Amino acid sequence: MTDLTARTELELTPQPTPARPAAARGGTRSNRTRSVVKHVLLIAASLLMIYPVVWLLVSSLRPTEVIFRTPGLWLNDVFLDNYTEGWNALANPFGHYLINSAIVVIGAIAGNLLSCSLAAYAFARLQFRLRTLWFTIMLTTIMLPIHVVVVPQYILFNKLGWVDTFIPLILPKFLATDAFFVFLMVQFIRGIPRELDEAARLDGCGHWQIFTRMILPLMTPALATTAIFTFIWTWSDYFTPLIYLTDPNSYTVPVALRSFLDSTSGSNWGAMFAMSIVSLVPIFLAFLFGQRFLIRGIATTGGK
Amino acid sequence: MSVVSELSHIRAPKAKSAEERRARRKAAGRDNKAAYLFLLPWLIGLFVITIGPMLASLYLSFTDYSLIESPTWTGLANYTRMLDDARLHQALQVTFTYVLVSVPLQLAVALGVAMLLNQGMRGLPLYRSVFYLPSMLGASVAIALLWAQMFGTDGLVNQVLRLFGVDAHTGWISTPQYALSTLILLHIWTFGSPMVIFLAGLRQIPQMYYEAAAVDGASRWHRFRKITLPLLSPIIFFNLVLQIIGAFQSFTQAHVVSNGTGGPSDSTLFYTLYLYQRGFGEFEMGYAAAMAWLLVVIVGAATAINFFASRYWVFYDD
Repeated sequence: MTDLTARTELELTPQPTPARPAAARGGTRSNRTRSVVKHVLLIAASLLMIYPVVWLLVSSLRPTEVIFRTPGLWLNDVFLDNYTEGWNALANPFGHYLINSAIVVIGAIAGNLLSCSLAAYAFARLQFRLRTLWFTIMLTTIMLPIHVVVVPQYILFNKLGWVDTFIPLILPKFLATDAFFVFLMVQFIRGIPRELDEAARLDGCGHWQIFTRMILPLMTPALATTAIFTFIWTWSDYFTPLIYLTDPNSYTVPVALRSFLDSTSGSNWGAMFAMSIVSLVPIFLAFLFGQRFLIRGIATTGGK
Repeated sequence: MSVVSELSHIRAPKAKSAEERRARRKAAGRDNKAAYLFLLPWLIGLFVITIGPMLASLYLSFTDYSLIESPTWTGLANYTRMLDDARLHQALQVTFTYVLVSVPLQLAVALGVAMLLNQGMRGLPLYRSVFYLPSMLGASVAIALLWAQMFGTDGLVNQVLRLFGVDAHTGWISTPQYALSTLILLHIWTFGSPMVIFLAGLRQIPQMYYEAAAVDGASRWHRFRKITLPLLSPIIFFNLVLQIIGAFQSFTQAHVVSNGTGGPSDSTLFYTLYLYQRGFGEFEMGYAAAMAWLLVVIVGAATAINFFASRYWVFYDD
């Protein structure tokens, strides 16, 4: 992890960042004390931030009655029953919900990559009528509360017989409704030198070829950012599946996890914690391996 | 350019001569066909998934509709009903409290930690990861369940308090005065994503400004007030606008922690949670649509106020 993050650091910071010259850093005693105090503060804050999650992990290996007595992290013996019990506590084995979630996530990633990159290329590179108008509308939709469209959307998808299928969760992604990613990609494409387009055009390439052979390969980092964010957001999305998936067989992980509260009347915390950990592992892995894309992604869209 | 500054920079084109305009229009239309083909999926989505349903929900907001029979026009009935709906007023109060408390606190923590981390610290990437991780996990049901345990009567928080000799038996999550605070705390816990944006912004402030100010004998506070804040203001503005819009729509945590009720005593009845109860619990689609439009108006007004106020404190150096 340190290795990965260290590499991130190099790539993210082309310009040097010393607040003080290196020589002065360890120089005087007061500076050194100050630095120690800062580290102590930051380490304490880090522990406080991360403690609940670590405690969740450790507690998932304890019997429920021990969970409610033990604030510490020391494990006397590893209790794996939570995992087997949690895996089988609902109508289907928990793996069923993991597969449901995986289907939705893969569909959403494919949809976002395809539709958002197409739209982004047009906005970043092409001259067309009403461009400013469409672009403004696109930016505005980023800020639009989804609740204003959710009722008629539900009625529409319900009439089409798509409730309890994954179509309402996946189809909109193929229509670039996550405008945030269109914007992210527009930002990225703007940074690719236009001379490359011109050269390709002189070689007889049309827009489609410029897009597929040049822009797409060059914008891999933006595509990676999109894929990872889509993964994390879709994996944890709760509102949309809650509305569209009423049949327990079609539940995705978050909805299934919440249904523990009903099925075990909220008493089997050990099993619930165990499946909570199972549901967090994919997010954690995506974070671990995709962190540099996440940080670069939000840093470039958030920067002025 | 962020979404926000991009929007505030779009201006009406300046008046030009007829000839110039014609030349411009020709240039603007150069790639028309290709462009609209590339935009096709997005355009379909815009009309079928966004604008169409928006208009439909505007219409539905003037009707009584339960999904079974067809909608009946009731004029302003849904809107006048809002005036007397005590739970709606409660939902508004809860949501406004949540937005006004959690967003400034979260941004203040994010900025403070970002500034601390920006001082050429050793181990920055590790600290940054640890602080950033919760903002990736925070939206999940798993963390909401964890929060429900932590702030329960015999939860982690009370266990720790008892270690320190406090006789803690308050169920924070089941006491109306405290329940919302636990959700605000959860929101602050996810300060990592605005922090990363702040860090990127702080990196762009030229170091020489601080050096020059230090030579002139400016105090720490002065340097913060006169250099960091103005130069970072566009980014603070960006975070503020997006966090406010997001906070108005909070749903998952309140729904999981209160088991869908918004309780205890409606103390965590977020606006969207109440909308969900009306629309998808009671199937009062007309009323839910009216509530959704009220939310759009509120979020729109909050954003407009933000943009208006930004003229007085956000500083663009271009």
